[in-house]
Amino acid sequence: MLPFLLAEANQPRDWLPVLVLLLLAVGLAAVQLLISWLLGKRGETNEFKDSPYECGIEPVGDAHTRFSVKFYLVAVLFILFDIEVVFLYPWAVHFGGGEPDGVIFQERPDLLGFLFFEMLVFLAVLFLGWYWVVKKKALDWERV
Amino acid sequence: MIGIFFWLFAALLTVSGLLAITRRNAVSAALWAAVSFIAIAGIFVLLQAYFLAVVEVLVYAGAIMVLFLFVIMLLNLREEDLQVLEGPRLHILGVLLAAGFLGGLVWTCRRAGLYDAKNGAIKMTAESVGETKSLAAPLFMEYVLPFEIASFLLLAAIVGAVLITKKRLT
Amino acid sequence: MKLLWTVVEVSVVATVVLPTTAALLVWAERRVSAFMQDRLGPNRVGPAGLLQPIADLLKFMFKEDVVPGHVNKVMYVLAPALSLVPALVAFAVVPYARGMAIADLNVGILLVFAVSSMAVYGVTIGGWASNSKYSLLGGVRASAQMISYELALGLSVVPVLLVVGDLNMQAIVQWQADHVWLVVPLFPVWVIFLVSSYAETNRLPFDCPEAETELVAGYHTEYSSMKFALFFLAEYIHMITASALSVALFFGGWSLPGVTFPDGSMGTLLSGLVFAGKTGAFLFLFIWVRWTLPRFRYDQLMDLGWKRLLPASLVLILATAGGVALLGGTN
Repeated sequence: MLPFLLAEANQPRDWLPVLVLLLLAVGLAAVQLLISWLLGKRGETNEFKDSPYECGIEPVGDAHTRFSVKFYLVAVLFILFDIEVVFLYPWAVHFGGGEPDGVIFQERPDLLGFLFFEMLVFLAVLFLGWYWVVKKKALDWERV
Repeated sequence: MIGIFFWLFAALLTVSGLLAITRRNAVSAALWAAVSFIAIAGIFVLLQAYFLAVVEVLVYAGAIMVLFLFVIMLLNLREEDLQVLEGPRLHILGVLLAAGFLGGLVWTCRRAGLYDAKNGAIKMTAESVGETKSLAAPLFMEYVLPFEIASFLLLAAIVGAVLITKKRLT
Repeated sequence: MKLLWTVVEVSVVATVVLPTTAALLVWAERRVSAFMQDRLGPNRVGPAGLLQPIADLLKFMFKEDVVPGHVNKVMYVLAPALSLVPALVAFAVVPYARGMAIADLNVGILLVFAVSSMAVYGVTIGGWASNSKYSLLGGVRASAQMISYELALGLSVVPVLLVVGDLNMQAIVQWQADHVWLVVPLFPVWVIFLVSSYAETNRLPFDCPEAETELVAGYHTEYSSMKFALFFLAEYIHMITASALSVALFFGGWSLPGVTFPDGSMGTLLSGLVFAGKTGAFLFLFIWVRWTLPRFRYDQLMDLGWKRLLPASLVLILATAGGVALLGGTN
């Protein structure tokens, strides 16, 4: 094991590699775009080169048209279920944690049952929501 | 060392936040808002609130801002549609709302005894927010009722979203 | 000193290992697909065509850097970078050998999800900024697909957390080294994870965002030269990360059952090779699936995500929790 991994756990400095990686990734992307700009052949532009690709047909109208509201619904439902997922992570870690921080399985089975039913109720309510969405055919793409 | 990073993230947060509310192009405004969420996540990391840092990016930058982008792209607002948003009334409303949020935040910190008046700073330790596990214990034990109520809130939001869009579909 | 080592490690992984693996993967994909279709594939540049990716890279660099007149210039140039950055950063917590990872964080696996959730931006902005019908359709499709399957992907990790009780990637691998590979008790969960990761990486059978027959090339229709290459690179790095996660979460990571690696750097190296081998097998599966299965229709794709995988993963979470409780803990 590397020395820095043995250092005192869970300090903000553990995140330094992530920051370095982020900066490096940004730099790498920038350099690659720059290289292409510097080395790339300079060509002339003309009307056809500047028009959007539409398989050789002349483009009609603007590309930015309004889309089906269905996509919007998907994004809203995604946020709501994403929040549900976020609640599940600490619960799962707590539930499966064992000692020393989590539930002590042998000594407190009542707590374990409490945790389980608590999440059962939470998920049941959201399952109800999901079932209603499906029943309303809000996620049926072929019916737009 | 942490101090330097705090000021860096705070500066990034302030600048990107200001850019987010001043850009005329809605897509670049949304992108600057996403940058500000990442800066907030950085500050959470410095406060050792790692779970919150990750959730900040996952939910705000990865979900809510994506919805904003969707709406911007799908509505395809033109410059003339934005004229409605001109004028001082909206600016005043914005400033008032921001002041209200700031006041509420300060009040909550003072009330919860998190404000260290001597140093003029917020007290925050790994014990108070910190790790995922130390967050889970109170959330799922003491605050069970708010947790379950949250599921009903989400349910209401699901129903609302479907009803709003359903009108357009049929 | 630590900082220096961090910078060196990060640089090697981000600028050498990942791009090289991605380049080899492109070569492997072309060779394997050629083999499957009874063709030769690229075999001229270098031995068995191995240097083909380098030739491709040079070609990308020297191609004209076209920025068409109809695009939103800033966003158009920004989008490929927005696509590549999350792809690279998501690799940060992958435990690629015993005790080795770029960052060893206690929120481990959640960082991968947080960072990959940002991958939507590159695709969406790219499609929007191109100001072309194919691109916009592809971009909107891609983002709707990615967020839909992000749910199933996120949920399919919860059973792993229930069993291991830790978000740290090394802890998850160590648990499997001590007990059993998680694919054994959690096989259906792994299937959901695998399917969702294919959809997340926009790979066949879920490559609707760039379905050639409908959308030409989807969100990168208007892209060429290095900007196209960055989108391409990002997709392949996402594949590498997805394969590595499949290995780390379900297939024991760097561990092998019944094998104890010697202490010291030799053991670390061996464990790294084991990890690379397993990841390679999953990458081959990606290629194999792509050249075997036909594409899903978009409504089928959304149906699978929302109406099948989402409820199935919720049921599996409750089942796993029940199982863990009945066993009296799994640690």
